[in-house]
Amino acid sequence: MALDRKIAYIDLSTGKIQIKPIPLEMRKKFIGGRGLDAYLLYNHAPKGCDPLGPENPLIVSGGLLTATCASATARTHFMAKSPLTNLLGSCNMGGFFAPELAWAGFHHLVIKGKAAKPVYLWIRNGVIEIRDAAHLWGKTTTDTQWAIRQELGDDEIKSAVIGSAGEKLVRFANVMTGIKNSGGRTGMGCVMGSKNLKAIAVRGTLDIKIAHPVEALDFNKKFIDQITSAKVSQIQGTLGTPFIWGATNCWGGVRNRNFQYNQMEYADEIEPEAIDDIATRTAGPHHMTGCFGCQVHCRAKYKVPSGRYAGKYDEGPEYTSLGAFGGEPDCRSAETVLTGNYLVNQYGVDNLEIGSLIAWAMELYELGIIGPKETEGLELRFGNDAALLEMIHRVCTRTGWLGNALADGGIPASQAIGKNSFDYLIQVKGMNNLHSDERGTPGLALNIATASRGSDHLRSRPAIDLYHLPEPVLRKIYGSPIPYSGPLSSEHTEYVGKAWQVFWQENCYMAVDCLGICKYHTVFLGATLPNFEDWPKVIYYNTGLEFTPEEIWAVAERCNNLERLFNLREGLTRNDPIKGDTLNHRYFDEPCRRGAPDVIGARIDREKFNAMVDEFYEHHGWDRDGVPTAATLKRLGLDREPTHTL
Amino acid sequence: MDKFLTVNADKCTGCRLCELVCSVVHEGVSNASKSRIQVVKWEEEGRYIPMICQQCEDAPCKNVCPVGAISRDKDFGFLKVNHEVCIGCRSCIGVCPFGAMNYNPTRRRVFKCDLCGGEPQCVRFCEVKAVDFVSAGAVSAQKKRLSASRQSAASKQAAALGEH
Repeated sequence: MALDRKIAYIDLSTGKIQIKPIPLEMRKKFIGGRGLDAYLLYNHAPKGCDPLGPENPLIVSGGLLTATCASATARTHFMAKSPLTNLLGSCNMGGFFAPELAWAGFHHLVIKGKAAKPVYLWIRNGVIEIRDAAHLWGKTTTDTQWAIRQELGDDEIKSAVIGSAGEKLVRFANVMTGIKNSGGRTGMGCVMGSKNLKAIAVRGTLDIKIAHPVEALDFNKKFIDQITSAKVSQIQGTLGTPFIWGATNCWGGVRNRNFQYNQMEYADEIEPEAIDDIATRTAGPHHMTGCFGCQVHCRAKYKVPSGRYAGKYDEGPEYTSLGAFGGEPDCRSAETVLTGNYLVNQYGVDNLEIGSLIAWAMELYELGIIGPKETEGLELRFGNDAALLEMIHRVCTRTGWLGNALADGGIPASQAIGKNSFDYLIQVKGMNNLHSDERGTPGLALNIATASRGSDHLRSRPAIDLYHLPEPVLRKIYGSPIPYSGPLSSEHTEYVGKAWQVFWQENCYMAVDCLGICKYHTVFLGATLPNFEDWPKVIYYNTGLEFTPEEIWAVAERCNNLERLFNLREGLTRNDPIKGDTLNHRYFDEPCRRGAPDVIGARIDREKFNAMVDEFYEHHGWDRDGVPTAATLKRLGLDREPTHTL
Repeated sequence: MDKFLTVNADKCTGCRLCELVCSVVHEGVSNASKSRIQVVKWEEEGRYIPMICQQCEDAPCKNVCPVGAISRDKDFGFLKVNHEVCIGCRSCIGVCPFGAMNYNPTRRRVFKCDLCGGEPQCVRFCEVKAVDFVSAGAVSAQKKRLSASRQSAASKQAAALGEH
């Protein structure tokens, strides 16, 4: 049974390992995955703890439905206090790690302490061993995985690993599995590095009993048909996420030159179709690959076509690599984007963060805020492909003054650089923004400003806002499972009703993160995809647990509030420019300079934005400062947290 | 019935849904290690090959079985193990050239693909049709066309280059 999967508490300082079951009442309250991780973090991380200290717990999990007959249950979630934001750290990756962890008998790992020397965890069929990793230290993300397989003599072992960026404590280092599946935000790889933990290797051959196998399979088939019949899924399965970058670049919704522009000119060579041609040429006509159990298969296989790394096998690039190594630094070469993608995958670092930080440094260089002294003579200008790639190496290995400064993340780097460098840092809560420009879309701007892990689209983005769906369709989606009769607008430039959409999406994404499902299998890019009404059946058929849509909504609200409580405890205040629900002043002060008629000249209205934040807080049951009221906490059963049940 | 399970490895996305589905259909549990179909991967090159019983005509598993526990299904032509007769010696596992005979340590018995009694569920769930259940004739016709089109393209190219 999925419900039999356990929690393991692993102390790397003492070597002590404890294994405990997950009580049913905790499943009813938090379901699993990210939700239960939030509970574990709130209960196990001491207030104000050093993110790189031994007391910061690193929590690893699969969702309740991982490896069952729900569709695409590939997601692994990591949570800890973030060394990048000093607030909630949370990242989520696809691949094959979480199902293997579930087959090995576990849903959650709580890793505390710090090993005296490099180690890795070896987990198989209920048994956990801490092993020496001296021989793995210094290896790239992929070499580490293959070396573990060879050492333990099993090619089916799945590992979540760090590369040299994690070892060097780059504050936005990834946890990675496979070629490119990355837990890539908030620096969870850095937390692993701080614990001297190089890898977590898992192998499982234990049964997960399916409560109602025939119904579970039939329902999964229905889901697959529903998902694969959506046009957006079909395009994802052909061009991958680059299609989103290409489409939004046409329209004027991407970041270019560190947010100076909202559209990249002369991007022909890195348009999704051009990238797809390279994948076809180097990896054959059937070059799309997928995560566990997923029929969307949204990532491409390719080989770097030319340059110093020509012929190297890699997967991707995703939207973020096009933004990080194309749009933001204004580099127009596919070779640069694909090489950059390869490098970050091998070093194990967040492509989004590193690309944004380098683009930020490029703007500072062009403005004269930093100069050749800080860059050791490197001409760090927009459009300088060689300088971009050189900076990736420097940041990931902490080489040179600027490389080392950027490796500490945007806020510390802005303090080290000084002057008015902070004004140009496009961040929320210390984490850089996705390479999309939200000045023309207030709903999306609210999403990144209030996202619990810092600027992030995968927390609450109402992406379907861009489709101009008729109001009755919006009402059908956003009016359930909790009735909503307030305003809703089909117009993406509007402010009304957006707070509810962001609130709804936040609960929707929390629910899929608790279940362990990919967001491409819910209302993210596809308006017709499964959501609250469909999940009770999936949960019941696979686990036998009974939930109503309203109950799942309540779990999501509860978990989102726990994340909020954690952030408030660690210093979040509404208007803090570093730790608040705020946006860089450019969102309000500088209008978009390029793009379609509905974008050009657009900027966020400060007053309307603040009213939207107020409304968003109200939907949550939070006060004007964004603090959950006593009544809200009581309603959600959080008034006694931390309760230390697990 | 001349239909057989055919694998087009080029199309396989490596998602392993077939493994999940197979184990749930046959065992009622999710457990890839108990699947009749297994995707062998070289992740470092992005190559994935689904491996499955070929239901061989001159089947080594059937030939090696000392007690005659393996026979061919009359209707669908797949090879099946009669567990009433099987003594659990596992000779068939050792002799199968495809690794398609497996051992279930929970039930302590060998297991293999039975084409789900004529409706293979791995095929039902594989959207990209990396596994398919078709007649041998259809496969060879398709292969002929593919090969012919390659030859045709080559001769066109040669003509364009003035080489004949």
